[in-house]
Amino acid sequence: MRTALALILTVLCLWQGLIWLAQMPPFLLPSPQAVAEALWLNRAEIARHAGFTLAEVVLGFVLGAALGAALAIAMGFSDRLTGVLRPILTFSQTIPVFALAPILTLWLGFGMAPKIAVTVLIVFFPVASAFLDGLMRTPQAALDLAQVMGASRIRIMRHLRIPAALPSLATGLRLAAVYAPIGAVIGEWVGGARGLGALMIHANGRMKTDLVFAALLVLSVMTVIFARAVALALHRAWRRYGA
Amino acid sequence: MTARVRGQAWVGETPLFAPIDLTVAEGGWTCLLGPSGVGKSTILRLLAGLDTGARFQGEVMRDAPVALMAQDPGLIPWLDVAGNVTLGARLRGTLPASFLSKYPGGRETDPIEGSASRGAEPPSDPAARAAHLIEAVGLADRIHHLPANLSGGQRQRVALARTLFEDRPLVLLDEPFSALDARTRAQMQDLSARLLSTRSILLVTHDPAEAARLGDRILLLRETGLTDWPVPLPRPEAAARPFDAPEVLALQAELMRGMMA
Repeated sequence: MRTALALILTVLCLWQGLIWLAQMPPFLLPSPQAVAEALWLNRAEIARHAGFTLAEVVLGFVLGAALGAALAIAMGFSDRLTGVLRPILTFSQTIPVFALAPILTLWLGFGMAPKIAVTVLIVFFPVASAFLDGLMRTPQAALDLAQVMGASRIRIMRHLRIPAALPSLATGLRLAAVYAPIGAVIGEWVGGARGLGALMIHANGRMKTDLVFAALLVLSVMTVIFARAVALALHRAWRRYGA
Repeated sequence: MTARVRGQAWVGETPLFAPIDLTVAEGGWTCLLGPSGVGKSTILRLLAGLDTGARFQGEVMRDAPVALMAQDPGLIPWLDVAGNVTLGARLRGTLPASFLSKYPGGRETDPIEGSASRGAEPPSDPAARAAHLIEAVGLADRIHHLPANLSGGQRQRVALARTLFEDRPLVLLDEPFSALDARTRAQMQDLSARLLSTRSILLVTHDPAEAARLGDRILLLRETGLTDWPVPLPRPEAAARPFDAPEVLALQAELMRGMMA
């Protein structure tokens, strides 16, 4: 906490120093004070937009995580399905979401749906990938035992492979929680008038750089809090599970 | 005859072992002794119905269901001792719902109260039966410990209780004590000889001392094939032979010579 505060203070000093030394015009780099003022003056509007973004992030994260986890379990059951799906999944990740977002907006309209879709696209891959990795690494000794004991594939999945893969799933979820807001903001950039992304594009077009920075700051803080909340929830769930 | 493996195995194009004909007799301990890499575990895995990674040509016959205990105790880290012992029932879905609801991930509250006293008729309720076996392997006071909080010897005791819980007539032991220190190993040999006395055992081991203590029949597996080694010593009922008796040490030396030959 103390080092974090010191770091923030140092960045603020460097920022202000740069403005004084380089005589930067405010529309290129606003001063910390100007950003703070913009944040305060537009607090109601920023809060409203942040609310939309947060809703998209949470919904997209939940849907994407569920999709990713379900996909991993399905692939964990079948090597053949994995063989078919793995290249498709990797291929899907080579398409930049930036390029996909306009098409999704075209298909799904200007509401929340395309933003959630972009977030889902960003979230599901790390979740599926990390979880599947965990599902494929169940200790062989336990699998041998289960087979000799006469367990069905479904029970082996439920009682051995999934619980053993939960730490890997948690890694994927923590990673996805950091990326999820990026998905929502990309969606907002491309279309619609609501959300922090839309606010930033709008403010940038009118040279209100201080407002862009203020929105960016709120987005960053929101992302950090969201990622922390996910990590904390996972930690709690893990301890209740008994490991 | 309880089980029999007849045939030959290759890894790639290299023969793993020459043609063999191995029978596990009903009752008593059959020891399969040999150095590492001659295919002892492959034979055991064939009998267990597990993947071997080798190409086997021949036949595997078995007229009894098996239980398996290996060098890696294979304990489930998030289940406590009781949960690990009843793993088989959990995996077959035969644990009563009351057990699972009170006891979802192990630990928590205690369905295993009032375990049966020693020597009494083994109880039929799975929870009570597990408690009985945990007591028999000497872990009654650790019934709710997680594997991480147990020593290597205690983990193998849990594995032994889990094997007994399966209650199968044929038990396959794959070097179960080879990772233990000498004293713990001897104790585990005594305990296993006592608790597994009513079953047919196939023990795979690379330790001539272990074969000399436990084997009613000793089969020496070498690259050239399988030799039925004569065992002149009787074994006390439900016990291992004393590790320090001169005739046991002599048998051990003889087996060692056989392995070196």
